[in-house]
This record gives sequence, structure tokens and C-alpha cells, in this order.
Amino acid sequence: MGGMTAPQVAPVETPDTEEVPAADRPWVTIVWDDPVNLMTYVTWVFQKLFGYSREKAERLMLDVHHKGRAVVSSGARERMEHDASQLHAYGLWATVDRS
Amino acid sequence: MFRRQGGRYVATFAADEVRVLRKVASEVVGLLTDGFDHSDPVVSRLFPEVYPDDPGGTAEFRRYTEGDLKTAKIDQAGAILAALPGETGGEVRLDAEAAEAWLRALNDARLAMGVRLEIKDGTDLGEELDDAVAEDPTSSRVFQLSVYAYLGYLQESLLNALID
Repeated sequence: MGGMTAPQVAPVETPDTEEVPAADRPWVTIVWDDPVNLMTYVTWVFQKLFGYSREKAERLMLDVHHKGRAVVSSGARERMEHDASQLHAYGLWATVDRS
Repeated sequence: MFRRQGGRYVATFAADEVRVLRKVASEVVGLLTDGFDHSDPVVSRLFPEVYPDDPGGTAEFRRYTEGDLKTAKIDQAGAILAALPGETGGEVRLDAEAAEAWLRALNDARLAMGVRLEIKDGTDLGEELDDAVAEDPTSSRVFQLSVYAYLGYLQESLLNALID
């Protein structure tokens, strides 16, 4: 910022429309990298559980592998907990978080 | 190793393979029934904290889902035990449902062994095995590493047969 004096204008009172109630904020299911699961198996699980195309499942698997984690689904909290529980049944390391 | 035959997934197992598979599947069942303990690193890998920063949320999640998850894991290990041939070895024929249960159960067994063997990202199994053999060819680590590698090949062969 330069040396100009900021005009003294009182901020206009605006309703806080940006704030979304916490309950409506979408949640995400995250899968984390682990050294045991086979890459082909992880891809297969994503296709099987989420109905993702081979391409999308492979891209997510590679994200997990290279970046250490990937968001695999998003939506309501209960839905994400269901997804995480399914992923645990397949032995993937899944957690739930706010997006 | 598995191959597809019509709508079935078929493999022939020698006596020592049957023994190993029976042992690892029974160990998973044992882990989930006797003295099930979240502080055991194997249990915490098979039943991860769904909210790593929220123990209360994780406990709540477990209250609703852990019973079913445990039952599912015991059932899938049971699918291996149910389909194995007798002690002298023989053929295993799985339908698609049993094949998927085997796939998940083999994965659970590999996860459990991977934790105990301290398998890390970038662990070279061949190198680990060479080192273990050099140290003591009769050690339990040599045996465990060989079983871990074998389960990986078996799981991959079944997965390839399913995807084909």
C-alpha cells in the first residue's frame, strides 16, 4: 500500500451471507497411503465401492500413492462415515473430515 | 495361483500352502476375537481412527460400526478357512462372492503381517529377505517375510482373474 490516507468510511453493515451453518458444510472421505495395499487392489476397491471408471479410480489411487492422500468422496457426514466404514472393510486406511 | 475358469476362480494348493493359509486366516480370526485391543498396532491398522483429531467422534463411530466391521472381517477370513482343501492339498473353486471375500481376507492378513514386519513405503522385499537369510536362515522373520510375499502374489493373481 502507498502512503495515501485511507478514506474514513464506516463499513456498511452487511449480513454475513458467506457463513454456511456447520451442519450443511460438506464432509469428505480421505484415503491415506499405506505401504502394504497393492496399487491394483486400491484401484479395484474404488471402482467397486464408488462405481468410478477405471480412469478415475486409477487417478485417485495414484494421488494416494504420490501425494500420500486423496479425497475419494464428499457429501453428508453420515454418508462419509458409511464410505469410510466400507473402505475399512476392504482394508483401506480411510478417515472423515470437513471439506 | 488363481485363474478364471468359466464363472469360477480356481487354484491348486500344495500341502504347505494349505497349512500357511489356514494359519494366517486363523490368526486374523484370533486377533478379532480373543483380547481385541485397539492399542495393538495391527488392530489399529485394521480399524483406523476415522477422526484422528477427535477421539470422541471416533468412539461414537466405532459404537455404531465396529461390530459389523468385525463380523465382516471374521466372515471373510472364514471364507478362506471354509474353502481350503484338506491337509494334503488340492483344488479351491470360488464363485465371485467367495473370491471377493478371499481378496479382502488376504488383504487383512497382509496388513497384519505388514505391521508386524514393519513394512515401510519403499521396503524392498527381496532385500529384506536376503538380509534376514544372511542373519539366520532358520529365523521366524525369514518365514514371515516369505509368507507375506506369497500372500501378495496370491492376492494379485486372484485380483487379475477377477478383473480379466
